[in-house]
Amino acid sequence: MSTFIQTVIVGLRLGSVYALIALGYTMVYGIIRLINFAHGDFIMVGGYTIIFTVPLALALGLPAWAAVLAAIAVCALVGMGTEIIAYRPVRKKGTNMSALITAIAMSLFLENLAQAIPAIGPNPKVADQMFTAGGFRIGSVTFEYTTVITIVISAVIMVVLYMFTQKTRLGRAMRCVSEDKAAATLMGINVNHTIILTFAIGSALAAVAALMYMAQYPRIYTTLGSDLGIKAFVSAVLGGIGIIPGAVLGGFVVGLFESFTTSYISSSLSDAVVFLILIVVLLLKPAGIMGKNVGEKV
Amino acid sequence: MKNNKTAQGILLNTIVIVVLFALFQALTAAFGGAGSFKLVLVPSLWQCCYLILLAASLNLVLGFLGQLSLGHCGFMAIGAYTAALLSLACERAGVFTDKSGAVYILIIFACILAAGLLAAVTGLLVGIPALRLKGDYLAIITLGFGMIIVNVINNLPFCGQDGLAQGSAAASLYKTGLGFGSKAKVTYLWIALLVTVLCVTLMFMFVRSKYGRAIRAIRDDEIAASASGINVSSYKVLTFTYSAFFAGVAGALYACATSSLSTASFAFTNAGILNSTFVVVMVVLGGMGSLTGSIVAAVIMFFVNYQIANGSWVAALPPFLNGVFKYPMLVYAVVLIVVIIFRPRGIFGTYEFSLINLAGDIRRARVRRAEAKAERKEAKAHA
Repeated sequence: MSTFIQTVIVGLRLGSVYALIALGYTMVYGIIRLINFAHGDFIMVGGYTIIFTVPLALALGLPAWAAVLAAIAVCALVGMGTEIIAYRPVRKKGTNMSALITAIAMSLFLENLAQAIPAIGPNPKVADQMFTAGGFRIGSVTFEYTTVITIVISAVIMVVLYMFTQKTRLGRAMRCVSEDKAAATLMGINVNHTIILTFAIGSALAAVAALMYMAQYPRIYTTLGSDLGIKAFVSAVLGGIGIIPGAVLGGFVVGLFESFTTSYISSSLSDAVVFLILIVVLLLKPAGIMGKNVGEKV
Repeated sequence: MKNNKTAQGILLNTIVIVVLFALFQALTAAFGGAGSFKLVLVPSLWQCCYLILLAASLNLVLGFLGQLSLGHCGFMAIGAYTAALLSLACERAGVFTDKSGAVYILIIFACILAAGLLAAVTGLLVGIPALRLKGDYLAIITLGFGMIIVNVINNLPFCGQDGLAQGSAAASLYKTGLGFGSKAKVTYLWIALLVTVLCVTLMFMFVRSKYGRAIRAIRDDEIAASASGINVSSYKVLTFTYSAFFAGVAGALYACATSSLSTASFAFTNAGILNSTFVVVMVVLGGMGSLTGSIVAAVIMFFVNYQIANGSWVAALPPFLNGVFKYPMLVYAVVLIVVIIFRPRGIFGTYEFSLINLAGDIRRARVRRAEAKAERKEAKAHA
């Protein structure tokens, strides 16, 4: 029984990291209908920023996790830069396909650029301890502080984000643009600014996800982004891409499945299982768990 | 009249291919034993052959059908492992001993065919669920497939180390019945060339047939195509399967050209050039919707990559650029973005190079350029 509960907790912890990343995918997909393959690499950017700014944070007398503030800023800038330099020109001229290929190219570019920068290089880097070590026990189940903090912070961020999109003017503008760009323009919404804002928020979430990930696995490497990103993307599709609560649900489903596969079957099969679920869900309910089937306009 | 021209075209192409081949055989006879011919040119040709097949077969899906597939090297992996293990089984069963003779050649062809067929069956299994969905799902599912297949091969005991009954689960397979050395590569080069020409011909026949017209209609407007009575999903699955077949054949040629197989070579991206992303780069560069463009792009990209890896001029560059060239995928990512932004149709667009139409094409291009020039002049005069 205690193994079971422990597995559930690990699943929730993994799931909350996936959910944070999936939110970034789903927000961008919702607004410009593009799978932002580079989103995974924003996590990598955030991770390295944290590693390089932790000494600075410690020197200022702040806790190590304060480095995430710098990471959030850097990631938001990288996200906005990607949109302005690469995605917008292609979106204006090209088809959906060329935008998708640009996204893949952007992802490759970030990954390989990181490897080519001498300070980063292809070898993994080890991160410092992010949160206080230790934990507490309830019965025979151990709750690590890191796990608790990860789950709580993710939950808070998700609620805040949901409130933002539902209640504020900017959030309403975002939903408006994702529904109909032309109508949004007519209502006086600056579509380009809204898209850039979406990229900034999504990338900032990737930075937080990087912190959560490093608190658990203090090792970071340049292809980390694609590994995490693909699973997070699967989460977004599972929940119904473009739907914010769907991404959260999908993240937890993928996290739980992964943790159960790892502890009850085999850790080397967890990737295959994740994709198997994706294929099954897409066959049974192509729009995702929370998605609605929308008829196609002619 | 039109049939007459087609027949002339086929005749002309056949003659040119035969002449080129004869010329090449003469060259082989003259220089076959010499160093750089045997050690550089022939292995390069082998590589070009499977890169051409990979690029052209992905173009069927990416350029003609308009769907993004990111796991093309997964099918190549299936082909490569099938060919390697099948030939190894024949060798262990004692069908051939010294990798020569008529029986061996027969086995090579059987391996190539089996590799293609197994890849096609896998393509069918992946394509049926993936292609029933609209949108970008094929990209994700094929990406996942590319990762899963590497995962599965790593875990299969007969696909690792010494292979078959003597094998154990590992990322590399060291024993294959193919894996030509540099001498065998010269001897059997005609097989690679023949298979490549044959496969490219089959792909041309496909895109020019009624199936090719149907899939181009799907690419341009799916709803209109299905309203005109085209069964969209079955045509999609057909094209995907057909494309997977040739990726499998490319894999078999790869198995012939390398002494050991490693799953890392078939990943989504890696440090070398053999990965699914590189194939996408070749197709986009050559032009989505032009098979001849893919062929040209495959040769160009091979050459560029060879130069980056081996060229003496790279060492002479300033250290910063030199460091960049250690990561060729960085260069290709930039190339891909620049091509997509400034020339989204690639080098060839949808133009197909053909010998019999060459004179006409050049004439038409010249007329078009003159017209464009006149138009610009007129616009300037008005302004």
